[in-house]
Amino acid sequence: MSGHVFHHGHDELHGITVVARHVDGTVFVGRFDQEDQGKILLLDVSTQPAAPEGEIATFLARTMKFGVRVDRKHLAIPTTELTSVTPLQEAVAG
Amino acid sequence: MPYDPRLVDPMRQETTRMGFQELTSVAAVDAALANLTGSALVFVNSVCGCAAGNARPALRLALQHGTTPEQLLTVFAGQDVEATDRARSYFGEYQPSSPSMALLRDGEVVYMQHRHMIEGRTPESVAADLTAAFDKHCGTPSAA
Repeated sequence: MSGHVFHHGHDELHGITVVARHVDGTVFVGRFDQEDQGKILLLDVSTQPAAPEGEIATFLARTMKFGVRVDRKHLAIPTTELTSVTPLQEAVAG
Repeated sequence: MPYDPRLVDPMRQETTRMGFQELTSVAAVDAALANLTGSALVFVNSVCGCAAGNARPALRLALQHGTTPEQLLTVFAGQDVEATDRARSYFGEYQPSSPSMALLRDGEVVYMQHRHMIEGRTPESVAADLTAAFDKHCGTPSAA
C-alpha cells in the first residue's frame, strides 16, 4: 500500500461505488460517502428508474464498462427506503 | 479546490519515478494525444486514498510486466484541472473518474480501468487486470 493516502478511518464502504436499490424499484449507482442519522450519502450518482430486471442488468453492465454517468452530485437516502446496498463490482459479478 | 502542492508532490513523484510523463497543460495533453500512434497508458492521478492508494502501487507492479505501453502519461485530477478535462476529452464515451487508467492504441481507448474497478481491491489484482490489457493491446500488431 502506498504511504500517500488520505481519509483513514471511514465506514467500510466509504469511497466504494455501490448499487443502492430503493423500495420503489429505482436503482442508484454512486460513491458511498457515509451513513449518518439513518441515511446513506452517495456522491456522483447515476439514476436508473424502476424497470424490468433485464434493463437494470443492462444499466449496471454499461455503468461497469463505461463508468458512472453522473446525474446528481449528492443524494441522501433513508436506509429504511433501501432494499440493498452492494458494491458495483459485486452487483455486476453476481 | 486543489490541495496544497506540497501535499500532492509525493503523489506526483510516485508516478514520475515509474516513468510517467506529467501533462499539466492543455497544450501538453494535445501534443501527447492528438496524433497518438502506438499504445499509451494515461493515468488520471488522484489524492483519494480510497482508490489512488491502491492505484499507484498497482501501476508499479503492472509496469514490471514484460509487455507494457509505449508511452506512460499522467494528469492529476483536481490539481491540473484543465489538463485533466482535456485528457478526458480523448476518452470518448467513457465517463470521468479518478483515479482511473485509460489504455489507448492509435488514439482510441481500448481499455479503461475505472475508479470503481480499483476500489477495495489489492494492488496485485488491479495489476493483473492491467497486465492482461497490456498483453491484449500493447503487443506488436499482427500482419493480418
